[in-house]
Amino acid sequence: MSEPMSEVMRSLMIIAGVIGVVMTIGGLLVWVERRLLALWQDRYGPNRVGPFGLFQTLADMIKLLMKEDWVPPFADRPVFILAPAIIVVTVLMSFAVLPISRGIGVVELNIGLLFFLGMSSLGVYSIVLAGWASGNKYSLLGGLRASAQMISYEVFMGLSLMGVVMFTGSFNLREIVEAQQDLWFCIPQFFGLVIFLIAGFAETHRLPFDLPEAESELVAGYHSEYSGLKFGMFFLGEYLGITLISALIVILFFGGWMGPFLSPAVWFILKTFLFICVFILVRASLPRPRYDQLMAFGWKVMLPLSLLNLIITGGLILAYKL
Amino acid sequence: MLSTLRSIWEVFLHMFRGRETVLYPEVKPYLPPRWRGRIVLTRDPDGGERCVACYLCAAACPVDCISLQATEDEHGRRYPEFFRINFSRCIFCGFCEEACPTYAIQLTPDFEMGEYDRRNLVYEKEDLLISGQGKYHGYNFYRVAGLAIKGKDKGEAENEEPPVDVRSLKP
Repeated sequence: MSEPMSEVMRSLMIIAGVIGVVMTIGGLLVWVERRLLALWQDRYGPNRVGPFGLFQTLADMIKLLMKEDWVPPFADRPVFILAPAIIVVTVLMSFAVLPISRGIGVVELNIGLLFFLGMSSLGVYSIVLAGWASGNKYSLLGGLRASAQMISYEVFMGLSLMGVVMFTGSFNLREIVEAQQDLWFCIPQFFGLVIFLIAGFAETHRLPFDLPEAESELVAGYHSEYSGLKFGMFFLGEYLGITLISALIVILFFGGWMGPFLSPAVWFILKTFLFICVFILVRASLPRPRYDQLMAFGWKVMLPLSLLNLIITGGLILAYKL
Repeated sequence: MLSTLRSIWEVFLHMFRGRETVLYPEVKPYLPPRWRGRIVLTRDPDGGERCVACYLCAAACPVDCISLQATEDEHGRRYPEFFRINFSRCIFCGFCEEACPTYAIQLTPDFEMGEYDRRNLVYEKEDLLISGQGKYHGYNFYRVAGLAIKGKDKGEAENEEPPVDVRSLKP
């Protein structure tokens, strides 16, 4: 009786721990991003609230909670309220399959990678529904752009990962990490890494692929009409998405928890943080392309490239019986 | 493609550059002496008020934030009975200073006058009047003006000749 009980307790504790850590990271990322952006733009960023401005997130959270939670009269009320929850839920669900270290992970799915891809596809609904339910042309344009962008970028996002799956012979993320014992996949699957990184920017709709938001064209895109906590959910969803994509890059291409001296979980968090910084660096340096350029780039460059990568990887595996 | 990577690298290098921001409350910026900030009323070298309540500043003010009432003392010198500047309206354009014939109203390099209550931004004469002469030293309107006041008749001012009876001037 005590054996399965402790098993359940352990799972619950890991779930609570993962959610707690991930939510805290999502909140802290707001501060990290603003400070890093400022560093790369020769400014200081928020440095007033608490040590190094660390409590800025707390202050922002209080501000968001205090704001009027307003639903526009022309909005489709139930959908409008549901939309921001979807993105947070789908992203948090994806965190369930991530193996943080050898023994730590919420659930071990043998289709972990497919589960992630499915969940990130569901995340599109949040943005499309938000854009639709807002009853506002700019929001609708943002939603339209998001749906087209995310569907087209998801195609080669999945394809770019197939090289890794071919090397491992499994969709299980834990096995993928363990297969990188000798050589991290970032070397044999370099093009897969680049394609996945670009698709990841599009998936989290960050600059340079933030066309669904595009504040210089569409006010704020799909979340123009949102305020208060609902806007906070979109915000949180975006930062959780960055964390998720960074963690996946680490798991799929950079050996997950593996590394010398430090404990596995520390390595995992360090590597993930590095890729979060890359996300912010790219945001700091690149402008937003035009929408047709974005679609052309996706279908005419990235998709053939990922197919080519797939063919070459498959050929090599066949030729050398890896 | 290469230019994209290059711009990312260039931005990354900015990590090692200095920061442009001036951390304001700790580091005060230099303000030149002619900076147009808080408005003061100055005194002449003898310690009297320079303002002669001519209303030119109030007339010049584009936002009508200056109000005053002229009166005269027992010597016949005009001075403002009250002088009020509503700094919640003031745009610090400096027109009042340019309009002032006696250097009485002057703008100073000070801008830290924030208040929580809007009403506290209305400055009365006792808030505006300083004990010094401001930017222009040694000027006293009644000492150089031809205007007759008690204790100084016409022609007794500095660099002034006594008045001439024009009827006595004969070629």
